[in-house]
Amino acid sequence: MKTSQEIGKPINRLEGNLKVTGAAKYAGEYNVGDLSHGYIANSTITKGKIIEIDESKAAAVPGVITIITHKNRTKLPWFDMLYADMDAPPGTPFKPLYDENILYNGQPIALVVAETFETARFAASLLAITYEEEAFETELAAHLDEARDPKKGMATAIKPLPPADKGDFEAAYKDAFARYEGEFTHGAEHHNPLELFATTTVYDGKGKLTVYDKTQGTSNCQLYIANVFGLHYNDVRVLSPFVGGGFGSGLRPQYQLFLCVMASLMLKRNVRVAMDRTQMFSFGHRPQTIQKTKFGANSEGIVTALNHTAIAETSQFEDYTEVVVNWGNMLYPAQNTSLDYKLVPLDVFTPMDMRAPGGSTGMHAIEATMDALSYELNIDPMEFRLLNYSEVDASENKPYSSKELKECYKQGAEKFGWKNRASKPRATKRGNRLVGTGMSTGIWDVIALPAKAKAKFSKDGKLKVTSAVTDIGTGTKTIMTQIAADSFAVAIDDVTFDHGDSDMPMAPIQGGSYTTGVVGSAVKAACKALQKKLFKKAKNISDSPLSGLKITDVVFKNAAIYSKEDFSKFINYKDIVVADGKNWIAASKSNIPNLLELKKYTRAAHSAAFVEVEVDEELGIVNVTRAVTAVAAGKIINPKTARSQILGGMVWGISKALREETMTDHNLGKYMNTNLGEYHIPVHADIHDLDVVFVDEKDDIINELGSKGVGEIGLASMAPAIANAIFHATGKRINKFPIHFDDLM
Amino acid sequence: MEKENQNNQIHHYDESNTSVVNLTINGNLKQLKVQPWVSLLDAIRDHSNLTGTKKGCDHGQCGACTVLCDGKRILSCLSLAVMKDGSEITTIEGIATDGDLHPLQTAFIEHDAFQCGYCTPGQICSAIGMLQEGKAHTREEVKEQMSGNLCRCGANTNIIDAIMEVKEKTL
Repeated sequence: MKTSQEIGKPINRLEGNLKVTGAAKYAGEYNVGDLSHGYIANSTITKGKIIEIDESKAAAVPGVITIITHKNRTKLPWFDMLYADMDAPPGTPFKPLYDENILYNGQPIALVVAETFETARFAASLLAITYEEEAFETELAAHLDEARDPKKGMATAIKPLPPADKGDFEAAYKDAFARYEGEFTHGAEHHNPLELFATTTVYDGKGKLTVYDKTQGTSNCQLYIANVFGLHYNDVRVLSPFVGGGFGSGLRPQYQLFLCVMASLMLKRNVRVAMDRTQMFSFGHRPQTIQKTKFGANSEGIVTALNHTAIAETSQFEDYTEVVVNWGNMLYPAQNTSLDYKLVPLDVFTPMDMRAPGGSTGMHAIEATMDALSYELNIDPMEFRLLNYSEVDASENKPYSSKELKECYKQGAEKFGWKNRASKPRATKRGNRLVGTGMSTGIWDVIALPAKAKAKFSKDGKLKVTSAVTDIGTGTKTIMTQIAADSFAVAIDDVTFDHGDSDMPMAPIQGGSYTTGVVGSAVKAACKALQKKLFKKAKNISDSPLSGLKITDVVFKNAAIYSKEDFSKFINYKDIVVADGKNWIAASKSNIPNLLELKKYTRAAHSAAFVEVEVDEELGIVNVTRAVTAVAAGKIINPKTARSQILGGMVWGISKALREETMTDHNLGKYMNTNLGEYHIPVHADIHDLDVVFVDEKDDIINELGSKGVGEIGLASMAPAIANAIFHATGKRINKFPIHFDDLM
Repeated sequence: MEKENQNNQIHHYDESNTSVVNLTINGNLKQLKVQPWVSLLDAIRDHSNLTGTKKGCDHGQCGACTVLCDGKRILSCLSLAVMKDGSEITTIEGIATDGDLHPLQTAFIEHDAFQCGYCTPGQICSAIGMLQEGKAHTREEVKEQMSGNLCRCGANTNIIDAIMEVKEKTL
């Protein structure tokens, strides 16, 4: 008998046709009737109060419908918890248009609604705002003495604070045979998905709202809107079938959603509010972070002392945290450790998770320190990591649920040709360019959360599975369809997976590389529940070939249920639905992870990146000429879309190491390069030969699918490998990101 | 002085100040009544309901709004609709013929040359324009000539693979 096996096949993206023909619709593209357009005005000061907003000129522009400010907004709840979304850090969430107080530069302070987009934009430029300015602080480096422990909250559960110190770090470091001490910095970074944040609301007249929003969580936005505006949960429907990139920026409901909904409720009209690119820099970013490391090793090359501290910025109103310093001892089993993570509140918006949050920050410091130490010891960088390889997570004395990192080193190194490198830095040249190679380890947590899905099988033989989850370009739609086909045992052509709609079963926000495991397990559970339901009904059909059998006596294959003993005894799924007399049979199921069991293990994906760079000896220009990333992430559901995820992470690594950075004028407390001409991300000409290897990894513990997720892991190892390759090429160790040509001249 | 300027601006800002612009979009003649300050991009997206053309920056920095205007690739956000009166515009919706995908569209799907899909219409229109220009001969030249189209998902290598496959087939 043929077994259905879609999981593991490199099939093309199922929504591909819609994306290459322009038919895929994003949040700001629903041209509904009677649409009014909102344009947001933002604060030009960093801290203080609004004294007056003179609206007269703006209001006089023909076509302006209304101007909404803190003075005339609808009544809003004072209770902070009602503004807390699924990703809210401990503290007081920002409340747009709540009062006259300015908390950060770029804060939304008014919405001009007009009949056309151009009118709204023009009128917004005519608002005359008088402020009372107060002194502010935006520079992390100038306030390190104010660093304090982060507040604990819900977020702490999936973002654990550093473990307690072990052994005696100071003594071990002093006694070490080789040491490296480094300070690592990077500035703020902004997600900059290519789609501008936008919301379109459809007001249906009975207090019900349909909301097309750019988000990574439809359920999250539904909850937020209902809570903030006092609407019944069922009266708010948030849809986000296509999302033009997220990278974390859509994990929290953004202010254009709030303003668009408020305008729609006030005007009882359909409204669209879209941000411009500058406004994309006004609602969350990767926090500037300053890290220090001190690693010491004995003469055999074993790391004995490990100290890693990080101080990151947060806002004055929320304590955003990320896991930065915990990773080192998870990878390298030093017995003497000292880890610390602190925050400095500044007059900025609350930072947000941005692709591999914390992981990409911490791994830079850890892997550059390991690299430096390997040269101190005169040991090959990869050999040094193998010497310090651990099958257990020494930071918590737990076994790994699975860890094929050694295979990543082996297969990645082989594919890259690592063994051919010169051991000494600054030893290889190609024309006037110095050539160097570097490598790095990567690690990212496997997070477990509950999720729900619904499976519905119709009498025409089609399976439809639904979940509120979004597909931010990760391939979620495609892999969920593959999972459903195998779980339910039907041909993939008979399966559709619909998503991105808060009316569908609840899904967590899409982030943290956990969607495949979390929603995929729910899809599998729903399909299995539906199979059980079909079996029960099948037994009750008169003259059923399966009568008297238990579920353990049958197999589900090829859209039918067979007796294990006698394959001639079977009944097709379709016939069960027909016999039941309805058009379809459905089952919903939640997948609730067993946290007590999971907690016995450290659960993580691993990677190893190998990079070659060329550095112009005179001009300092760096080019990443080729790179290989080998990944151990459990079961790969779709090697084609998963490979694209890793390639994306590698490009983000190149961007982080060499290009992107939001620059702040600390005299103004304002970001300066808030456009894509000055916020540099790599262009096609910057990207050369990239390759991906997936190593086999079996994991029966993490989730129903044994799949770890691949959204972040490609980035975690890439950026440090580039810094290490630059050292090998030039002999210069630059510990700040991005590394620019002037650092190397 | 500044106030006076602002008053003048208001004075000249008249909703009824529309121009008739004739555009042939994807073979269909459209007569649009738009104000002179409406960009070609907004004329396409909002006034012609062809939302396949994307707005990523509105400043000519990202390439997402690339369309073909009289056969040449242009950034539709940097043109006013009135400047293109009488032009033939091809948007992503007009690339496939009778439901048959253009070879580049097929190659993009096969090579997984997109993730979120937001830069994709611009990449494809730009690639068609670039191939017609005939200036790029090697992979490196194609990368250079396509560098006005940003992709934040990092699908760069797959995008160039897709274009190179089509370029080599059509040569």
